[in-house]
Parts: sequence; structure tokens; C-alpha cells
Amino acid sequence: MLQVENLKMQFGGLLAVDGVAFDVGDKQIVSVIGPNGAGKTTVFNCISGFYAPTGGSIKFQGEPIHGQADYRISRLGMVRTFQHVRLFNSMTVVENLLVAQHRHVNTNFFAGLFKTPDYRRREKEAMERAVYWLKKVNLLEHANREAGNLAYGQQRRLEIARCMVTEPKLLMLDEPAAGLNPKETKELDELILSLKEDYNISVLLIEHDMSLVMGISNSIVVINQGRPLALGTPDEIRNNAAVIKAYLGEA
Amino acid sequence: MSESLLYFVQQLLNGLTMGSAYALIAIGYTMVYGIIGMINFAHGEIYMISTYISFIAIAGLMMLGITWLPLLLILALIVAIAVASTFGWAVERVAYRPLRGGNRLIPLISAIGMSIVLQNYVALGQNNRDVAMPQLVKGGWLFGAEQGFEVSLSYMQLMIFVVTLIAMAILTLFISKSRTGRACRAVAQDMKMANLLGIDTNRVISMTFVIGAALAAVAGLLLGLYYGVANPFIGFIAGLKAFTAAVLGGIGSIPGAMLGGLILGTSESMTAAYLSTEYKDVVSFGLLVVILLFRPTGLLGKPEVEKI
Amino acid sequence: MSGLPSNAYTPDSKLTSALIASGVTFALAFAIMGMKLQGGLSPTLEAASTQTYVLIFTATALVFLFQMTREKISAFFSFIPWPRLPRYSTAHLSQSKRDQREKVVTLLFVIAALIWPFIVSRGTVDLATLVLIYVMLGLGLNIVVGLAGLLDLGYVAFYAVGAYSYALLNQYFGLSFWVCLPIAGLLAASFGFILGFPVLRLRGDYLAIVTLGFGEIIRILLNNWTQLTGGPNGIGGIPKPALFNLEFGRRAKEAGNQPFHEFFGIDYDTGYKVIFLYILAILLVLATLFVIRRLTRMPIGRAWEALREDEIACRSLGLNRTIIKLSAFTLGASFAGFAGAFFSARQGFISPESFSFIESAIILAIVVLGGMGSQLGIILAAVAMTVLPELAREFAEYRMLMFGLMMVLMMIWRPQGLLPMKRPQMELENV
Repeated sequence: MLQVENLKMQFGGLLAVDGVAFDVGDKQIVSVIGPNGAGKTTVFNCISGFYAPTGGSIKFQGEPIHGQADYRISRLGMVRTFQHVRLFNSMTVVENLLVAQHRHVNTNFFAGLFKTPDYRRREKEAMERAVYWLKKVNLLEHANREAGNLAYGQQRRLEIARCMVTEPKLLMLDEPAAGLNPKETKELDELILSLKEDYNISVLLIEHDMSLVMGISNSIVVINQGRPLALGTPDEIRNNAAVIKAYLGEA
Repeated sequence: MSESLLYFVQQLLNGLTMGSAYALIAIGYTMVYGIIGMINFAHGEIYMISTYISFIAIAGLMMLGITWLPLLLILALIVAIAVASTFGWAVERVAYRPLRGGNRLIPLISAIGMSIVLQNYVALGQNNRDVAMPQLVKGGWLFGAEQGFEVSLSYMQLMIFVVTLIAMAILTLFISKSRTGRACRAVAQDMKMANLLGIDTNRVISMTFVIGAALAAVAGLLLGLYYGVANPFIGFIAGLKAFTAAVLGGIGSIPGAMLGGLILGTSESMTAAYLSTEYKDVVSFGLLVVILLFRPTGLLGKPEVEKI
Repeated sequence: MSGLPSNAYTPDSKLTSALIASGVTFALAFAIMGMKLQGGLSPTLEAASTQTYVLIFTATALVFLFQMTREKISAFFSFIPWPRLPRYSTAHLSQSKRDQREKVVTLLFVIAALIWPFIVSRGTVDLATLVLIYVMLGLGLNIVVGLAGLLDLGYVAFYAVGAYSYALLNQYFGLSFWVCLPIAGLLAASFGFILGFPVLRLRGDYLAIVTLGFGEIIRILLNNWTQLTGGPNGIGGIPKPALFNLEFGRRAKEAGNQPFHEFFGIDYDTGYKVIFLYILAILLVLATLFVIRRLTRMPIGRAWEALREDEIACRSLGLNRTIIKLSAFTLGASFAGFAGAFFSARQGFISPESFSFIESAIILAIVVLGGMGSQLGIILAAVAMTVLPELAREFAEYRMLMFGLMMVLMMIWRPQGLLPMKRPQMELENV
């Protein structure tokens, strides 16, 4: 589904990402791990189009996408969350989900003004999808609250729901468990697995919580100082000498 | 030199004169913006008030019998700086400080209101017609008459250059060397952190307004004498120009404000000379748009890295 | 001065700060008011009137007293019940009930607004028409500033485009108000589009200066393109709108039209014209309110707000920020165009003077004071910003001074605006 080859990203004199490569197959969960500052989020930003990578190639479903505008990449079916939750804080929870479906609804000015049948139908569908996902992430009762007033764990779940209403093929989660308590982390674990199993999507994950990563990933990419360090199944990574050294030896 | 080249040199000199004055006012905008991220719309009025105060001071001193020009000008400058700084300080205290920390449009509206207040306050106190001053700094260098076009560099223009240079040098030294200057830079970088480190941010912000106003006072005296007239409404357009200069150079950057002022002044005098006087403002704003399109953060502004 | 916590003062420092405050007041008052400058070849100073000096000293003394007793004063004021804005909660009602109730209230208001002009004086109706123009402008700018979060300081340019569209099209091609109204909106929108296209990628405050510059450019063009616009002399003789083929002048100006009073066989009265313009303004405002209210519940309106909230999140969700910003800018401009066409019809005469920066500032103040996004708030703010200076007309020379002070004080008094925007609540049970 996603192929990243020899990805390079240079900021001035700093080579933040150098030669990172991995694949994400259909219905797979792939995790990117590495110490703080290793360049994981930069990899995400390159894939999602926020940065134009300075080298290498990124293909999504066989099509090269590197250098394309971020919103176009997202429309191909690749959406992401952010390390620091980015919600539309002063809008309500359900409005957040409706905004995300912008390209599914009828955005024509006159259609909306005169409420044409097509407009009504698509608005109704968008609302149904929003309600469905609110139930799924257990936020239905908060639907009309302002997103900024939710508790942190709820904001995290809302951000995932906001991605899911766009009906993506690949979901990219940037440290989704950061700041969650163990119970919430476990719920997140189940949610991610269910997304993969029930909705046939692939997940690309950046995460520090090793029990979460090891439990759900099909494969793991380890990055250290911008360079790929290892690539393999959770078991392989667990026993990889270089990884152990990077995590323990230098820590 | 040929006639057309001499004509060009004359326009360049005029442009740089205006430009250095714009730069002095622009620094007030850029410093305030750099520290609290606010467009201080009333700053142009501080310049206008300074012109009035220096005129009043000169008239008063002349009535007291002080006619030795250097003393007259220095005393007038001191009075103008003192009064303008007080205005700058008071405006911040009354109209901006209570609004700090909220939506950034709110201090902007307050500043626009303050600008209207100051204009009409001066109009009320001094009446709203033009007030003229005699030419105090006379004479200058003339050259190029035999080649067909006589270029004049008046002593007044020279004075504007020199005083601007001195003011800029003092400011640069102050910002880079003094304790307060260091505190200013720290607050501009990260207000919360500076506060935690024990810097009195309120005092630093007040200080910024005072410095900006003092430089506007220098510009007020110089341009007042250069033009020889003033009215309560000169502040708006001068402020607009200076703000444009600040943005052109990269708002928040002090060298940027200087560069922006010089570019703006020169482009204006060139447009007025070669194209049309009426449309010189149109060209200035056009220039601004073009520069911003290619360098979205101005000439010397730091390119912003999006934090995602 | 209100930024400092008052409990930080010991009696001693209270005295110092009171002395400083009154000293500053004295200096700032004396510097400008104390001596009148007489320009000329040998400039002189004249003493101001005794009255002025009394005023300066009174002000100084008042500031001193206020600083010394401010705790007591604020304690005293906290006992006085301030007039509160009516707080009418509908939180317990479901959305459909609330909508219904809102419809009834709106209908009552509209009926009252339509009956009212027949009771009050002509001048009042005329003022109300002016208020309605500002309501329209405020609502339009609110799209750009309040909803989309784009700081536009040159909104008056689009207002000018609308006004001159009607004036010029009428003068050169004899087109009527009703033909020109949509054209004015379209032209203003195209100006918005052309300006917006290059500048909307700029960050907030850069956009502010570019729009401000654009406003000035339009004014300079109108002032200097004398052959077309008449320059500073402006354009006069702009006809009032007609009701179908009934005109409100004493005689019909256009062939085939008939004066209103002749058609109904009543006496000629300029009052009919004033009331007709007022009703027209009401209809325009209602249409604007309807469109904007609908917009905020439409995908495009939601996208504007989302973009204001978090641009990066929007991009990650597939929203094209340029198109969304451009749509806000263009639509906002079109409302200014409509308002402009109506303005020139009402005035009958326009000149560049009516489109100076101060107009942009007033409209922006209406949006901010209204509460950034709330429609009712904007209506209230437009009333406040237009009627209060009108009431102060007898203090002619203090009028603008008081207007500026009002802007400052209102921001300090209610920084959140008169009525902050309420989020639409959606019903989810039966979905």
C-alpha cells in the first residue's frame, strides 16, 4: 500500500532523515520507533506532504506522491493525527467530524443555500457517519460540547474518529498513547486492532509505549539519528543487538 | 556625470532622507510587534505629537531668547523625546496592558481607537489646520550645475542621515549590550520563560514602547524641520508607511526595519520623479506585495518553520 | 493601570503611583493643551484660555484622587448592580424548539422594525438606515475576520467598489439600481478574488498590512482617476431605487416611470422615500442574515471556522486552504459590494472621502465588539457604533475624540464582545 524508499530530508545543514525505507502492506500495522529526536515525526511529515522530502521516493498504492500538496495526499486516503492533538477547539465535537468530511459533502454554495436534495442527502450521510464513529469511540454524549473542553484522552479518541470519518485506507498515528493512562492505552490498543480488522485499513504508528507497539505491530521500523537501524517483526526487533544498544547502551 | 545621472542622484538622496526617517518610525512598530505580537496602530500619532512638541519647544525657546541653533535643536529634541516617551508609556498602560493575553484583535481595535483619540486631542489643543515653521537649518552643498543639473544635498538632509545613524547605533548597542536590552531580547523570544527567570516583563514591554516613542520623537523633530509644516493628521500616513517598511524588512527585525525604511523611501522618491507623484503610494504597496510573495516573512525576517 | 493587582500597594507606594499618574496626566495635558503654537516665520506660543488651565488642573486632581481611592471606588462599584445584558437561556430546549422560538422572535422583531418608521421622525428613520448599512458591512466582514480568522483592514475598498459600480454604471450606461445591485456585488467579489489570490498565502499580520494598503490604493485611484470618477469631487445625482416603475422623487426621471405619490394620488412627501429606503435596507439585511446564518451551517462555513482554528489539521484532512480562504474573502467582499451600491443610492452622492481607513476601522470594531461571529452581537454593535457618535453630534469638536475613547473603553469593558457566538447544537437521537 505504502512504499517508502531511501527517504531523505535536509533542513539547511541538518540531515534529519537519511535513507529511511519501509513498506506498509494491506491490513498491516507498522510501527516506527526510535529515541526522541530520531526523526520519526519528520518521516510522518514527509509522507503526509507537510514537508517536501529532499530525496528518495514515496509511493501510495503504486503512485508516487512525494512533493504533492498535503491536502491532495490526504484525499488519496491517507490521514494522520498529530503528536500534540490538533482539534478545532472552539467547534463542537460533531462539527469536528463534519469538517473532516468536507470532500464527501456537497460544498456548492447554492446547493447549501437552497438545500437541494443532493445536499440534504449527503449532509445526512455525513451526520450518520459522524454519529457512528462517535459511538465507536464512546463520545456520543459529548457530541455538542466544544472539542477544546474534552478531557485529554477523549480528545485523542476524537482525533482518531475525525480521521476515520474520512474513510481512509491508511491511518497514521503520531504517538497516540502519549499522556494516556494504562486503561486508556489498553482501550486504544483494542481500537487500533479493531480498525485494522473491521475496517480493512492499514496503520502506520509512531509510539514510545513498547508494550503497545510489540503487541499489535506486524512489523517495526527502528530509526536512530535519522538513519534506519533495523526493520523486522516484533520478535526480530526485540532481539536485535543494534536496537538494544541504541536503546539501552546509550541511554 | 551626465544630466540624467545627476537627476537620479538627487532622487536617491531625497529617497534616502525620507527612508531614514521612515526607518526611525518603523523601529517602534517592529519592536512592539517583536515583543507582544501587536500592531501598535497609535505609533504614527506619537510621531505626529513629537513634531508638534518640537515645534512648541522651538517656539518657546526662541521666545526665551535661545537662538543658537545647536542648543535650540538639542533642547527641542530632549523635550520631544521626553514628552513622546511619556505618551508612549501612558498609551500602553491605559489602552493595551489591560487587554494583554486575549484575542489579538482586541488590542488592535484599542490601538485604532487610541490613534483617533490622539489625533483629535491634538486637533482640539492646537487646532486642525497646518502649522508652519521657519526653515532653521539652511544651506547645503550644491554640485553638478555645469553638467546641466544641479544636485543639492542640504544640511538638513545631512542632519537627518547623521542623526538617524547615531540613533540607530545607540539602539543597536543598547539592545545588544545593556541588561535591559538583553531582557528585551529574552522577552521577545519567550515571554513566559523570561517571566519565570525573574525578568519583569511588564517593565520590558513598557520600555519597548518608550524606546519606540523616543525614536519616533527623533523622526518627528527631523521631518518636522525638513517639511516645515505639520497638522494633526500627518501621523496616519507616516505610520502606514513606516509599518509597511517594517513588514517589508521583516517585522520583528530591527535591521529589517532600517532596510525596509530605506527601500521604501527610495522607491517612493523614484516613483515620484519618474512616474507620478499621485501614484507613489500605490507603487510602495505594490512593492510590498511583490516582496511578500517572494519572501513571505519580509527581507530580513526569519523564515518560519512550521511546527507540526 | 488596571493591569496591576491592587493589593500589591502599600499606602506609601499608593501615594507614589498616584503622584506618578497625576504627574503624567498633567504633563500630557499641558504639553498639548497648555500652549497654542502660532506658526509662521517667527513662531510664538500663546497661553491657552483660563478655562483650559482649570480643566488641566481638574483632570490632574481627579486622576490623583482616583488613584488614591481606587480600591474604595471599585468596592463601591461592586455593590451597584450593573445593568446586565439580558440573559435568556434556551439550553433546556431541543434544537428544533429553539429554532421555532427563534423564528417567532425574529418575526416579531421584523414586524416591529417595519411598523416603527411610521411612528418616529424622518431623521431617526434615516439614521436607522445608516445603522442597517453598517449591520450589512459588519456581517460581511464577520465572514472574513470572525469566521475565517483573516485580518482584513481594507474592507472599505470593496464597499467603495460597490458604491462606485452603481454610480458609474448609472452615470455612463443609465443602468438602474436593481440591475446594478447584483453587478456591484459581483464586481466587489471579483476584486476580493483578485486581491485574495496572491495574498491569502501570507500569514495573518502580513495580510493585515496588504489589505490596508489595498484599501488605500483603491482610495488613491478613486481620487486621481479624475476622468472616470470625478476625483475628489465625487459623483452626484445618483438616482434612488424605484419600486417597480414607481419613483420616489417629485417627478419621474426615467421614461415610463411614474412618481409614487401620483400613482397613489397622495401628496408628495420626502418621508416616503426615506421609509422606502429604510424598508429596502431591512430587506437587504434580512437577506444577508439569512445567507450568513445558512453559511455557518454549511460545509463551507464549517471549513472557514476550522481553518481559523487549526490550519494544519485542515490540510491533513484534505481541505484546500487557498480555496476556502478565497471563498471567505470573496463572499465577504460581495456583501460589502451590495452595501456599497445601496449606500450610493441612499446618499445620491459619493466621493472617495466616504471610503477612508476610518470606515474599515469602524466596521472592524463592530465585528470585534459584536463578539466575533455572533450575528445578534453585530447588530447591537452596529447600533452602538453608529448611534452613540450621532448622539454626541452636539459636541462637534469632541465627537471623534469621544468616538475613539469609546472604542478603547469598549474593548477594555467587554473584550469578549457583546454577545459571543453560540455553537449550533445538533440533534443526534434520530439520526
